[in-house]
Amino acid sequence: MASAPRTATAAGSAAPSSGTGRAVQAAIDASARGPVLLFLVSAIGWLVLASGLSLISSIQLHTPSFLADSPWLTYGRSQAAALNAAIYGWGFNASFVLVFWLMARLSQSALRVPSVLIVAGLFWNVGVTLGVGGILAGDSTSVPWLEIPTYAAPLLFVAYALIGAWAIVTFSGRSSGRIFASQWYLLAALFWFPWLYSVAQMVLFFQPARGTSQSVVAAWYAHGVSSLWFTAIALAAIYYFVPKITGKALRHYDLAALGFWTFLLFSSFTGTAALVGAPVPAWTTAAGVAASLFLIVPVLIIGLNHFPTLAAGADALQGSTSLRFMLVGMIAFTVSTLTWIVTSLQSIAVTTQFTLFGTAQTQAVLYGVFSMVAFGAIYFLAPRLAQREWPSLALINAHFWASTAGLILCIAGLALGGLAQGAALNDPAVSFSTIAATLNPYLFANSLGVILLAIGHLAFAVNVVRLVLQSVLGGAPATDLFREAPALEAAR
Amino acid sequence: MNRFSLIFLGIFVIAALSWSSLVFSNQRAYGAITAHYDENEGKAFPQPIPGLAQRGKLVYQDLGCVACHTQQVRRPGFGSDQERGWGERQSVARDYLYEDRVLLGAMRLGPDLRNVGARQTEAAWYLQHLYDPKLVNADSTKPAYTFLFETRRIVGQPSSEALALPASHAAAAGYEVVPTDRALALAAYLANLKDAYAYPEINHVYVEAASKEGEQK
Repeated sequence: MASAPRTATAAGSAAPSSGTGRAVQAAIDASARGPVLLFLVSAIGWLVLASGLSLISSIQLHTPSFLADSPWLTYGRSQAAALNAAIYGWGFNASFVLVFWLMARLSQSALRVPSVLIVAGLFWNVGVTLGVGGILAGDSTSVPWLEIPTYAAPLLFVAYALIGAWAIVTFSGRSSGRIFASQWYLLAALFWFPWLYSVAQMVLFFQPARGTSQSVVAAWYAHGVSSLWFTAIALAAIYYFVPKITGKALRHYDLAALGFWTFLLFSSFTGTAALVGAPVPAWTTAAGVAASLFLIVPVLIIGLNHFPTLAAGADALQGSTSLRFMLVGMIAFTVSTLTWIVTSLQSIAVTTQFTLFGTAQTQAVLYGVFSMVAFGAIYFLAPRLAQREWPSLALINAHFWASTAGLILCIAGLALGGLAQGAALNDPAVSFSTIAATLNPYLFANSLGVILLAIGHLAFAVNVVRLVLQSVLGGAPATDLFREAPALEAAR
Repeated sequence: MNRFSLIFLGIFVIAALSWSSLVFSNQRAYGAITAHYDENEGKAFPQPIPGLAQRGKLVYQDLGCVACHTQQVRRPGFGSDQERGWGERQSVARDYLYEDRVLLGAMRLGPDLRNVGARQTEAAWYLQHLYDPKLVNADSTKPAYTFLFETRRIVGQPSSEALALPASHAAAAGYEVVPTDRALALAAYLANLKDAYAYPEINHVYVEAASKEGEQK
């Protein structure tokens, strides 16, 4: 994997192709090394913890007595702790890895005063530890995606403010006049998250809004973070890595701007579609449904950018695990967004609402889109930061196949289970114990998927820890590991 | 798309649009919702939530009950909420006016609880259901919340709060199972969950859906 053909810089990044190019690139990578490795190691730690917690909560779904005696791990808490460890622990730390790597590389700008980022990263992780610990101890707010208790929120906010500001500083030091598609998505995500988080904290907790307008804000936040943070960052990485690894210019790049603006505009309104039937103003949900239908435009454009490029560079899939992860992420993005559009229609929502289908949709975005792309990106960038090859190719392959199979098993189990559950719920003659019996096989499939995911994550964690240890403890770095990138014409 | 100022402006305008239409305008609209004073009854609805129930709500939040239970009854014709006996009418925004944390929920692994207080009025039912759901329903898949109860030696008179348990679940001789304050508060909260009052607006929202439902029957 470390020898993946590094054949092209992304379109628009205008990397110098002279003999000093690699040296400049190495200097930029070196400046990002400390903070990015800190975020990477924290992300891996949280990923392993979240896998354990989600295994507990998925077993509790089909065997309710499992750990039910423990107030710390009762289903209501284990489920919320697993979700928040996955979102704020793994998801955000991995996002920061991607943000700083992509920003530094695309802006051709070294990270300034990286020690500030290390302090901010420590604060972020202290905040998440307090938050997830607080949920297990019984301080959950019970608002989906915002369960982290209010006393941990200011820590997260301040840490994020530093991190986000540093990303913008890195961007503003850019030496190239061009701004590539990846950077649009990164800028949107960096701006949207603090906006969403501060408004949600104020309106839900510090100065609670009246009645069910809280539910509107909660839906706005959860879907905002899901699409305008996680999906946006995944798309930024896809726009960078697909042309880079395939060595092919992006197809239809002139449409990318339209894809970006429509994605941003429609995604910022879709969240309330999930509230159909709830006691909130009807126009609020209608706006969400309408925006959801329009999502077809960005899905088509983003697909037009990447699938033909991937097809043209299909031979690169053989040699690059990064690209294979990106392909899975791109498929997950297309399928999950199309599913969101379909389930926002009332005639479908009446069956899928309040069922495991919603859990499947959350998983598809958090895991299928974001995590898969983050894995792919990390396989590319970590050896360049550590200046070492990946210790084990077998572990890389184990990770790819275990997480892809686990992902399919989880999503299929939850989605099909959700459809069966929804149909049964709509028939008042079917009792809840009958529904539970119907759901059991699906829930077992989900648990099996979660076990596979956990195996993949352990393989990944062992590889990353060995790589980082070798880099920190080992001798002189291998400076000749990566080849000079040939210049690539931007597709305009 | 190479000018930072234009990109930033676009992102800002979209964020402002989304916030002002979904968050800000709803804050304003909800400001107009007030309690409804019923002259016949001489009371304003919704009624304030009693203190013990408020404390019970914190227990509901901390245990994450919202992971399996919703608190919203949907309109007739959209799902089977009313056929399942979860409420005589759909939930409306005014029902939640006094709640400083609204827990609508998004998952129904268990039944909707918005009107559970109207279905079950006995405090003992709630306590038994929390201690071991199989006491109430042999096929229940709800986890037991035994940690909300204390098994203690009977000193002198047995406690008046001790659970009346069948022989299969009874504590050892000389011991009794007593609910903790948290269990009592949670039971009080659940027993208080009922939206009985028929606000004027429930007669004109979704009349169409309701009348269609009537024709089918």
